[in-house]
Amino acid sequence: MKTAVDSPTDLASRLERAGYLADSGVATAAFLAMRMPRPLFCEGEPGTGKTSLAVAISESLELPLIRLQCHEGIDAGQALYEWDFPRQLLHLRALEAASDGKLDADAAEQSLYTERFLLARPLLRALTSSPCVLLIDEIDRADDEFEAFLLQVLDENAVSIPELGEVRAETPPLVVLTSNRTREVHDALKRRCLYHWLEHPDLAREVAILRRRLPGITEQLAGQVGNAVRKLRELELLKPPGVAESLDWAQALLALGCDELDAETAATTLGTVLKYREDADRVGLAGLDSLLAG
Amino acid sequence: MPSDVLPGLVGFTRALAESGVAVSTDRTAMYLDAVRHVDVVDPKELYWAGRLTLCVDPDDLPRYNEAFARWFTGTKPGGKRATVSMPKQAQIAALAPAEDGHQVQGEADPEALPVAASETEILRSRDIAELSTAERAHLRELLAQLHPAPPTRSSLRLRPARRGRLDARRTLRGMLATSGEPVRLAYARRTRRPRRVVLLIDVSGSMSPYADALLRFAHVLTRRNPATTEVFALGTRMTRLSRALRSRDPEVALTAAGHTVPDWAGGTRLGETLRAFLDRWGQRGVARHSVVVIFSDGWERGDTALLGTQLARLRRLAYRVLWVNPHAGRDGYAPVQSGIAAAWPHIDRLLAGHSLATLERLLVEMRDAGRT
Repeated sequence: MKTAVDSPTDLASRLERAGYLADSGVATAAFLAMRMPRPLFCEGEPGTGKTSLAVAISESLELPLIRLQCHEGIDAGQALYEWDFPRQLLHLRALEAASDGKLDADAAEQSLYTERFLLARPLLRALTSSPCVLLIDEIDRADDEFEAFLLQVLDENAVSIPELGEVRAETPPLVVLTSNRTREVHDALKRRCLYHWLEHPDLAREVAILRRRLPGITEQLAGQVGNAVRKLRELELLKPPGVAESLDWAQALLALGCDELDAETAATTLGTVLKYREDADRVGLAGLDSLLAG
Repeated sequence: MPSDVLPGLVGFTRALAESGVAVSTDRTAMYLDAVRHVDVVDPKELYWAGRLTLCVDPDDLPRYNEAFARWFTGTKPGGKRATVSMPKQAQIAALAPAEDGHQVQGEADPEALPVAASETEILRSRDIAELSTAERAHLRELLAQLHPAPPTRSSLRLRPARRGRLDARRTLRGMLATSGEPVRLAYARRTRRPRRVVLLIDVSGSMSPYADALLRFAHVLTRRNPATTEVFALGTRMTRLSRALRSRDPEVALTAAGHTVPDWAGGTRLGETLRAFLDRWGQRGVARHSVVVIFSDGWERGDTALLGTQLARLRRLAYRVLWVNPHAGRDGYAPVQSGIAAAWPHIDRLLAGHSLATLERLLVEMRDAGRT
């Protein structure tokens, strides 16, 4: 970290330099997460920029990003550390062969439990390489038991490895948790976090994001795409498009060499925005022209 | 922080708690801590400091917005978002005794008078809507004694077992003890975990004689497997009851559920509420691969075509869709109600649910549904 961040506005301008346009809510949330310090729990529709927020924070503060992707059945071995048994075994055999039967058992055993044979997984890496940004992605996919375990690590910023001793982070890592709400996360975990619900950006911000991410886009095309996506979100679709989809759409249009969005090109590229046949039908019924108007 | 600000901020958290947001002491402490770090004079930062620390659910946000506007700016915001429904008193209590007509019918029928020896047996197969107040109290006890076995699914997680696939890691670990020889091979196999169960309970006027018993039934299931049971009320609006039903005491849980639902015994718009459920919860994951049970009599006031398409959508997401209709157990029942007729092609089973015995059968049906 170069210099301390002194206000949400300051953080927002740093995030903007990293390519993430944060509104005051996101900036305040990230700022407080750093200052208090507390984990930041982000929820929201898919495609509202939960994961990219963590990436942008790490870039703008020049901190390493460590990512833990959660999935069903994830356990401490995959999240924290594991001993590399095959290598330990090989090492032991090698010692045996080299010592001609005069192997000192205690010394051999001690040489097995050293950092050399420790496979550090994301949580342990975050504790040892702190300060850093730890992204715990899609926590709702993990099991309840894993949440309880995570809680313990986040609370103490330390883990104890029986064979090695305690590993403690000197400065706690900046933790960002994301959830798609496929399951309600336990209250005990939420209680320790700052809670931020991300919404789709408004039109002006979305256009700004498009122009920022796709330098080749004209202001007119960005405005048209932003406007059309905003209208799509009002259509009660099965899967309303997120920012990621509008970026995809604009990119597709750029690849086709379009300077302007008309009904014909919109019809051929709509597959980048709508991922359900029912949604495409509904938009077809509403009429593509109404999507592009005003 | 200047001390004169403190009472105002704490007062705000109290006002927020009164509007229905669960504000705990440590959340308040976190809020005060957050306020220290932001510019209090800037209303935007003050707003975000509170929203980030005091809200834990998207449902809290409209309540927070309204409470914030009232407390700090002294105005009452208009607009559709400020829909805070205050709990109505004694709605649950009103559900417990039967409606007058039913009660007369129940007591006038000499055949139905409970006989001491087989009282429970008779009660088990009686229609819940026709019970007297005393019989309802007895039914409540019987419901609380149900022991549901949840449907299960195969899990990704491996457990040590006698048979199954070879567990290389444990075998290697065992080799450390036997100087590097694989004397004993270790195996592991997949475990079975409870499959998610989603109960969608119609709380419209026509279902009100059954609402109390169905909520108790839902409470028993929720208590048994809180992490994998989700309960939603469908009326004119969709309300999530899972959280309210998690209290241990059935009376506390039912009162909490009663306060959560804003539209007891109103109309039904099954199609629209089902869509709200699928948009907000179902498609995200709650309905995916789960056993979904809909309790409704199928009287749809809204568009039945919408109900049909939403059920088709639900059928594609869910593992099994069961429809429980209290009237399906009656003689001469035919699935002709507008809603049922539209739903018929998209459900796996249509079951009766008017008595304790049929609810027990439903439990067996749910368990077997998950067994593949």
